[in-house]
Amino acid sequence: MRRIVVVGASMGGLRAAEQLRAAGFTGDLTVVGDEPHRPYNRPPLSKEVLAAEVTHEAVAFRMRASVADVDWRLGMPVVSSDLAARTLTLLDGSSLAYDGLVVATGLRARRLPQPGLEDRRHVVRTLDDAVRLRGCLVPGARVVVIGAGFVGCEVAATARTLRADVTVVCAAPEPLMSPLGPDLGAELRRRHEARGVRFLLGRTVTAFGDGGPASADVLLSDGTALGADVIIEAVGSTPCVSWLDGNGLDLSDGVLCDADLRVEGRPDVVAVGDVARFPNPRYDGVCRRVEHWSIPTDTARKAARTLLGVDSPPFAPLPSFWSDQYDLRIQSFGAPALGCDDIRVLEGDPATECAVGYHRDGELVGVVLLGLPGAIPRYRKQLMDAFTAPAPISG
Amino acid sequence: MKIIVDMDRCQDHGQCVFSAPDVFRLNDEGHLEYEETADESLRDAVEEAADVCPLQAITIEG
Repeated sequence: MRRIVVVGASMGGLRAAEQLRAAGFTGDLTVVGDEPHRPYNRPPLSKEVLAAEVTHEAVAFRMRASVADVDWRLGMPVVSSDLAARTLTLLDGSSLAYDGLVVATGLRARRLPQPGLEDRRHVVRTLDDAVRLRGCLVPGARVVVIGAGFVGCEVAATARTLRADVTVVCAAPEPLMSPLGPDLGAELRRRHEARGVRFLLGRTVTAFGDGGPASADVLLSDGTALGADVIIEAVGSTPCVSWLDGNGLDLSDGVLCDADLRVEGRPDVVAVGDVARFPNPRYDGVCRRVEHWSIPTDTARKAARTLLGVDSPPFAPLPSFWSDQYDLRIQSFGAPALGCDDIRVLEGDPATECAVGYHRDGELVGVVLLGLPGAIPRYRKQLMDAFTAPAPISG
Repeated sequence: MKIIVDMDRCQDHGQCVFSAPDVFRLNDEGHLEYEETADESLRDAVEEAADVCPLQAITIEG
C-alpha cells in the first residue's frame, strides 16, 4: 500500500493519519477536508470558546510529530468516488487515486426545512459557525434555541451566561430526554430555569416570520409566536456520505462497517469517527453510529490497523463524553441510551450531585455523573470490567 | 520523555487517566495528578493521553 487518502480533516481524520503512522505505514498520506482549517476541537465551540473570542488557535488540535509530512488538501470537498477504480473526484474537478481509503467525513448540522429569516438562523457545528454566532450573542438579545439535546442546552447556557434572553423550544416533554431519560432531563431543566432560561416543551417550529416589525419571528405548533434576534437550530446532525453514492454501499445512516471497521468487507476502505456505523460486542451485534468524544480516537486506532493488516485486539470501545452547563459537569460512560427503560440513582442526589445507572436486562450499560468527579475512575472501571472480549478463534 | 500539563487549561476530565494510568491519575477529590517524566516504553499511551485531552492541555517533550 503506497498511498492512503483520508477523507475528512477533523478529529477522526487527524487521528487516523496519526494511527496509520503509529501502526507502521511509511507511504504517502493525504488528508482531504472541506473546511479551510486544520483539524480543531469542536466541543468548546458551544461552551467556553463561544463565550470568549473564537479563533482557530484556541481550538486547534495538537498533532503528533509523525504527521508532519501529511499532504493536507483543505477547503476542498470530495464530491464523488469510484471505489472499484480507487479514485476520488474533488470539487475543483481534479482526481485523486489511492491504494487505501479512510472515510472520516463526519456529520453536518441538520437544518429545519422551513424557509425564512436566513440571516438570523445559526447552527453550531464548525468554527466558522461559532465565529458568526459569537458576534450575535450580546446582552438582551432575544435568542431562540430550537432543540434541547446537548448542543442546544450548552448553547442556551452559554448565551444566558452572556446575558442574552434565552428561550429553548423542543418537541420532547423534557430536554435531553432521549440520551438521559425524563428525570435527569427535568433536573437539568430546573437548573437552566433557575438561571432564567425559558423552556417551551412538546412543541415544534411550524414557520419563520418575514422579518417585519410584528414580532412573530418563530411560529410554534401550539400557536405561540416568538420574537427572535438570533435563532439557533440545534436539531441534530446528518452523516456526510453523498460523495460515496453510486458504489452500492449501505449509506442509510452513515457508512455500514464490519467489526473491524472495514466498509462492508472491502479490504481497502475503512471508516472512523461518528460517520462509521459498526457493531460493538460490548452491547450486542447491532451496528450503530456513536457521536461521542472518545469514538474518533478509538475507531482510528482500530481502523488504521485493519487497513494495514496489522493484528489488533477485538474492537469493543467504551464510549464516553461530557457536557458543561453553567458550573455543572455531566460525564457519561458506556451507552446510557440503551438502558433508558431501567434508570436507577446509584449514589448522591439528583438535585445536587449524583451517579445514575442505566440498565438493560438488569445489566449496567451506562453511567451518567452529575458532578461527583471523584467517582469517575470507579464507575468507569465497573463498566470496563463488565465486558470481557471473547478470545479470538485460532487456526 | 517529559510531560507538561497546562494546569490553567486542565479541567480534570480524566480522559488521560484512562489512556495512561501509569502516568496520570485523579485523586479522591477528582483532581489531576501526574508524573513529569515517563519511560519511553509508555510513549504510545502518553501520546494517546495527549490526543484525547478535551482541553488539549498536555504537551510531550523529547
